[in-house]
Parts: sequence; structure tokens; C-alpha cells
Amino acid sequence: MPEISGFAFPNDIHVHWSLMIVMYPYITGFVAGSFIVTALYHLFGKEEFRPVARLAMVTSFCFMAVATLPLNLHLGHPERGIQVMVTPNFSSAMAGFGLLYTGYLVVLALEVWFVHRREIIESARRSRGAKRFLYAAMALGTYDTSPEALEIDHRAVRVLSAIGLPAACMLHGYVGFIFGGIKANPWWSTPLMPVIFLLSAAVSGIALLLILYQVTARLWRRHIEGVTVTAMARWLWFFLIITVTLELLEIIMLAYEKSESWHIISQLLTTRLEFSFISVQMIIGSLIPFILLAIVVMMNRYLHERVRNTLTMIASLLLLVQVFSMRWNVVIGGQLLSKSFRGLRSAYHPLLFDREGILVAIGLLVLPFVLLWIFDRVLPIDAGEPREAKPGAQADPPRAPASAA
Amino acid sequence: MPDVHADERPTPSAGAEPVSRRGFLSGAIRLGAGAYVLLAGGGTWSAENAAKYDWERHRWAYLVDTTRCIGCGSCVRACKAENDVPDGFFRTWVERYVVGQDASHVDSPNGGLEGFPPIQTAFAPTKSFFVPKLCNHCKETPCAQVCPVGASYRTKDGVVLVDGERCIGCGYCVQACPYGSRFLDPRTHTASKCTWCYHRITKGMKPACVEACPTATRQFGDLVHEDDPVRRAIERSRVSVLQQHLLTQPQTYYVGLDKEVR
Repeated sequence: MPEISGFAFPNDIHVHWSLMIVMYPYITGFVAGSFIVTALYHLFGKEEFRPVARLAMVTSFCFMAVATLPLNLHLGHPERGIQVMVTPNFSSAMAGFGLLYTGYLVVLALEVWFVHRREIIESARRSRGAKRFLYAAMALGTYDTSPEALEIDHRAVRVLSAIGLPAACMLHGYVGFIFGGIKANPWWSTPLMPVIFLLSAAVSGIALLLILYQVTARLWRRHIEGVTVTAMARWLWFFLIITVTLELLEIIMLAYEKSESWHIISQLLTTRLEFSFISVQMIIGSLIPFILLAIVVMMNRYLHERVRNTLTMIASLLLLVQVFSMRWNVVIGGQLLSKSFRGLRSAYHPLLFDREGILVAIGLLVLPFVLLWIFDRVLPIDAGEPREAKPGAQADPPRAPASAA
Repeated sequence: MPDVHADERPTPSAGAEPVSRRGFLSGAIRLGAGAYVLLAGGGTWSAENAAKYDWERHRWAYLVDTTRCIGCGSCVRACKAENDVPDGFFRTWVERYVVGQDASHVDSPNGGLEGFPPIQTAFAPTKSFFVPKLCNHCKETPCAQVCPVGASYRTKDGVVLVDGERCIGCGYCVQACPYGSRFLDPRTHTASKCTWCYHRITKGMKPACVEACPTATRQFGDLVHEDDPVRRAIERSRVSVLQQHLLTQPQTYYVGLDKEVR
């Protein structure tokens, strides 16, 4: 039984939204954040992002594939989970899930297909037997790789990106809305919540791709482009600053207004969330990466390539921790305070072996990377990059030797 | 003498066993009990009665007169027994407020299930009182609003219920209720809450907690009837609701709430 300090309503001592509900916004944050990275190239013409654009899109796709798992692991009746999509109650914010999730999934799947269409067709032509059948099925019956067709592909990718970006933002903003729209809970109820979720999604997405880019470049024996790393670091710094500003503003506002709930929220932050909020989210996760990225952004020309890459790597890892702790502090923190505004329950510790436990959470985080690896085996991610740079060019791009096998 | 003769008249009736008074009575009780069981337990009776119940002709409301509550916990026990409420969860509970000039103490040991033990506070209390709590059956209820599948709903007679066969157990309603009235039942993994004993009120009975309350702190009424005591109390005396600023329009009204109560 959890211990209570002060007075909590007797039913308010349970943390019903467990570690899985922390994982859910964390994962969808990667979905949206990665898509923002790919959109920076496809929509906003940031050439520096070309080397990560495709990786970002596929990463978004792989995280999207597992996004519903934490929800189903959490539901009391997962077998009825489909009802949210089949018979939604539209007065509920949660009912938006079906529309937003399927909508974004369709857009993203189409975009992935258009981007990889030529590789699919070429792989189909090259291979035999079951492999050929697989690629032929993925080609969906069209084998047209004429310059005109590729130009259409390119335009389709742009249009899909333009739809995908708001769709990704809505999908993740909606997750913030789920919390922000609960007037019963003062730690959640703020219109800033969807905005903070979205911005921190951008942080986690860019940070993840900074890491993934450097790791995959090493795996694929490619040169790590300095401009790409610097550009990502700059955007990461920018999003970090806005995110943390808003996160702090929300709290300062409560304190300054001396709102009814400030008494209990200040207790929550200084006792139950002292470690996860002040130490992890604010100092280790925000202040230190802020300084590291500031060095990269402001003193770039004095930095050796390796130093710069290492700094961005460390900052990115810390920011992944920051965003996780932010999700944790929102989801779990909001359930530690009682709606009586008079009591806090003791800290929540997830179990190791549990349907909603730590091992499952780790599995959920590993799974998208396994999918990414499988995806790369089927359709090499770094294969067709130059094609994106010169739309319509039919010249065969340099390919990874593995894909020719 | 003829009287005596008349008395003996039944005795010689041919061959039949005489029915003793004791035998007759025990037989009658058995028959009566059997008939009672048949009537009480028979499906037709309740089904017929439920069919007669028209939810458009009722508007239920609940009144808690906190000035009367003695903190005995009978209501909590009655609710637990009537509704098979799992241990550690509460469809209704009682809070104790001990208030001094600069400090206050609130507790609800096990929801008040076993009453309240004596208490010593570090400050000098100037007043103390009990406040029974239960679902407020709000008109603008956030719990039904947020339910993604419509398993939580408000009936036409003004009761907020959960369809346990539809509930997916997401817990969103539990988070959305400002009063802490809901919980996820660990046995069914679905949301559960006070129903104002819907199974009783639709048969003309009162909720179990109202029935059990020895001081008439808890009263239940029908706003449709003009002479209903609860309706009269709500209409004519000063009542309040919990957390009025959230505009959920609770249908559980309170008499004698204090500034300390939330």
C-alpha cells in the first residue's frame, strides 16, 4: 500500500496510468519529432538535413508501428480496445485517437512507399523466387521508373510531407491534449500542455536522429557530414530552449498567481519529484545539454570535428533522458497528488516483471530499432539519397554493396 | 355437555390421520416460506417491475446534511455489503475534519468503514465535523465526457453509470473525476463507481447508504415530485455542491459545507 502524506481521497492513492502511459507519449514523440526532421528537408528545403531525411522518415515509421502497443498493454480490456476506433464517443479527446492515428499512418506509409518506390522496383527486377515475389508485392503492380514517373513520386512525397507534418503534430498534440484537458488535475490542466508535448517531441526526435545519424554513418562507413550535425545541433538547441521555457513558465505562472493548487504542486515538485524533476529534467536533462549545445552552436569553428560530434552525442543522450523524465513527471506526477489538494502519495515504482513493467518498457524501446534494422535489410535506408537531391535524375545512385546481393 | 360432544365430532372421521396443530402450523410456514422464496427469487417479478419503471418519470437527487453526520460509518459498510465493493476502494466514504484557527486535519481511515478512532491534534481544534462523500452524479459530468467508447453515461433519470461490458479499462474517467469517486475494479479491470444503488431505486427502494444512515444525514429524493422532501430542501434552503467552480453541476447537494471541504 502506498503511503500518504496529508489527506488523499481514498480512491486517489492508485497510479492507474502506469509506466506504459509514460512510454506512449515518449514513443509518439519520436514519431512526430522524426517527422519534423524529415519535413525540414522535404518541405523547408534545408539541404543540410538531406543525409538524415530518409532515416528520419523510416524512424518515424518504425516508432509508429509500435505506438499502440503500450496502450494495449495498459488497457484493462485490450480485446475491447478496437472499440475506440470502431465506435468512438466523440465527446472524448481519446476518441480522436482512431482518426489521428490511422490518418497519419496512411500518410506516412504512402510517403515511405513513394520515397522507396524505385528501390523496390529495382530490387524486384534484380532478385528471384520468394524475394522477387516480396518486392513485386511491395511495388503494387507498377514498374514505371521513367523520369516522368519519378518526378511524380517526388511531387507526391512533397504533398505527403505537407499533409504528414500537421498530421504528426496533431497526433502528438492530441497526446498533450489528453492531459491538458483534464480540469480535475491542476498539474495537467493547462492549454500549454499540447504545446509543451509537441516541442519536447521535436527535441526528442532531433536528439534521437543526431544519435542515429552518427551511429548509422559509422555502421555504413559513411562520412559524418559536419554541416548536418551542426544544423541538427542548432535546431535541437532552439527547440530545447523553447520547450524548457514553456515548462518553466507553466510552473512560474502557478506560483506567481498563487493558484489554489500551488500549495500542493510546490510540495509535489520539492518532495516526490525532487529527483526526477529538478535533478533529471531540469539540471541533467536541460541545463547541461543547453551548455553543451551552446558550445557547439556558438564556438563551432573552433571545435575539432570529433569534439563537436561527441558533444552533440552527449547532449542528445541527455535530452532523450530529459524528455523521458518530462513524460514521467507529467503522467506519474499528476497521479501522486490527490484531487483533495491536501495529500500526496508515495513515489510510484514500476515492477520489473509485469505487463506494464520495466522489462516490457525496455522491449518497447528496443523494438523500433529492430524494425529499423529489418527495414534496412529489406530496403537499404542510405541507398537512394542522391536521388532526393536531384529529383528526376535517372542516373543510378551509388548503392550500398549489401543491397546488390 | 353438547359442547363436549360437538368437540369430539371430527375425531371419528374415517381412516384419515388427524392433523395436529403443530403439524398444521409447520406445514403452513413451509408453504408460506416456499411461496415467498418463489415470489422473491422468481425472475418474472423483478422483470415485470423493471418493465414498469419509466426513467423519464424520475429525476433523482441526493442530499447530504453534514450537520447531522456522526461518523459511524454505517453507510460505508452498507454500501460495501450491498455493492460488493472491493477492499481498499470506495463508492462512498466519510471524511473527518478537525479544524483550528490556523491549522486543520482531515482523515478518512479506511474510508470510515470502521468508524473513526479518537484523535489528538498538534493544534487546538475549534470545530470538527464529518462529511460523507459519494459520486456527485454531475449533470455536466467530465467522466462520461472523456470516456472514449461511451461506456460511462448519464441515464435519463439523472444517474451516472458505467457499462461494465463496454468499458475498456483505460482509466481516463478515473483521472477526469474531480471528486475521486471512481476507481478501476481490480477484479473486473473496468471502471466502477456509486450508482445510487440503481438496482434498488428502480424498484422503489432507497440506496443502501440512505437506508443505513441512523441520523438521516443522507437523503434521497425525486425532483419530479413537488412534495419530495429532498426537492423541497434543495429549493427552499441554502445548499451547496462540491467544487462548484468546475461547473460540473453535481446532483449530490450538501447542507452545512465548510470552507475546508473540497
